[in-house]
Amino acid sequence: MRALLVSKWTKVAVFLICLIPFADLVWRIIKSDLGANPVEYLQHATGDWTLRFLVFTLCITPFRKLLKLPDLIRFRRMLGLFAFFYVSLHFLTYLGPDQSFDLAGMWKDVAKRPFITVGFTAFMLLIPLAITSTAGWIRRLGGKRWQMLHRCIYVAAVCGVIHYYWLVKSDVRKPLFYGALVAILLLWRLGGWISRQRTHSPVRAATPRTSMNG
Amino acid sequence: MIVEQYCPLQIGRKEMLIRKSPELTHADVTPKSVYLDRRKFLRAMGIVGVTAAAANGLFDLAMPPQTALAATQFTGLLKSPFSTTEKQNTPNDVTHYNNFYEFGTDKGDPAKNSQNFKTSPWSVSVEGEVTKPRKLTMDEILKLAPLEERIYRHRCVERWSIVVPWIGFSFSVLAKLVEPTPKARYVAFETFFDPRQMPQAKYGGIDFPYVEGLRLDEAMNPLALLCVGMYGESLPPQDGAPVRMIVPWKYGYKSIKSLVKIRFQEKEPPTTWNRYSSSEYGFYSNVNPNVDHPRWSQAKERRLGEIFTRPTLMFNGYGDQVASMYNGMDLKKYH
Repeated sequence: MRALLVSKWTKVAVFLICLIPFADLVWRIIKSDLGANPVEYLQHATGDWTLRFLVFTLCITPFRKLLKLPDLIRFRRMLGLFAFFYVSLHFLTYLGPDQSFDLAGMWKDVAKRPFITVGFTAFMLLIPLAITSTAGWIRRLGGKRWQMLHRCIYVAAVCGVIHYYWLVKSDVRKPLFYGALVAILLLWRLGGWISRQRTHSPVRAATPRTSMNG
Repeated sequence: MIVEQYCPLQIGRKEMLIRKSPELTHADVTPKSVYLDRRKFLRAMGIVGVTAAAANGLFDLAMPPQTALAATQFTGLLKSPFSTTEKQNTPNDVTHYNNFYEFGTDKGDPAKNSQNFKTSPWSVSVEGEVTKPRKLTMDEILKLAPLEERIYRHRCVERWSIVVPWIGFSFSVLAKLVEPTPKARYVAFETFFDPRQMPQAKYGGIDFPYVEGLRLDEAMNPLALLCVGMYGESLPPQDGAPVRMIVPWKYGYKSIKSLVKIRFQEKEPPTTWNRYSSSEYGFYSNVNPNVDHPRWSQAKERRLGEIFTRPTLMFNGYGDQVASMYNGMDLKKYH
């Protein structure tokens, strides 16, 4: 298993798999197979894939611990950057067809519409994470600070789910599904944090436990 | 309020000339299975467009029509002065991008899930504050007035719009028939509901049966269409077969589908989306670019088939016909 995870080819394969949704959209654009409302199709598809990749990214740490596969870390950056790739496309479908590339109009919309505000916030939060995703930036910021910064993904994921929830009219099944996944992944981290606090407290100091970072 | 001055005497006044009943009988109706097969057949031969009419004739000769079922071709439709000359959407767009939550909430769901929807036999109960309550069969409805083609803009609250050649006649024809009493101030409408035929409804998040309502003067406005078809044919299930309302100056959800009950009454009736969220969906729901939905702007819309948005028109562009009904009303309060 480990050999498979560290293989260069696995990384290439995962990269290509992550591109499939994008390839599908390009194919549909070429074939004019986006249904009656092509813009909406692109908006929903890129939005869905953003949330999915955020969830995949947030799965890495729990899966590393629970499945005892620390090498999964090799894919976290890639998945996170794919989330950013799809959210950037999502943003472009809004800036272009919805706002006609009118930045002034866009800002007004962002300020006025809570569901746009919260979605835009999520997008903004992901930008510094994408920029500082390189080894060089980890070094420059230092591991602790880098880790603090990258916890922004928690907020971004929650904002993304709220953005979706506020968009739909009455059938909230899909937003709630993503909400449940994000909630589980964040509560798992909260559980780890609480148990770490206890471990480090003076009373429990006598029985140190392995900490759960991430 | 204007509505209070309304009395049955005035109802007939704006009525258009009513000709003798249309020539439609059972014999003109092609069974749905035949109709669907014919479509497949034509599509396979790639001649749907220009030669369709000729092929129809031949096909009907080969397979004589039997009993009345869903799909009918309407001929001899009257043109309407209310029609727009704007480019119509394709039938494919209008039949594969639907909000009909009884059949699922995705835009593609109704087309998939409604194909076995049983729309025959069908009858509509017209009741309440009327002198002559009636239960009308589809055959009777089709004979109430000559059928017109009306090409209307249709604006959904979700900011998309379409242009559709609907078929029907003014709702006022039917109202006149049952003679509303002076007490009647509103009209309540109800959609057919059968959880066995509509198993997707339980995920819709709204209550069923779907109900809607209009003020009596709105219902009597000649623009308000009792609709039985589109694109020269009877309505497909996903578009509200066999009979629905089209109220083109209001958001799409006011144009209730698959009607089974029409009730004239004194009190303002509850309406489905208003009940779900009254701050977001008012009773009036007139298309208004200046009154935003709490969650999004209504200033613009996307015409299906187009990439960029266009400005939304006050009363969806029907102000000349309807604005006077709302004189002096605070359209933000009564949104």
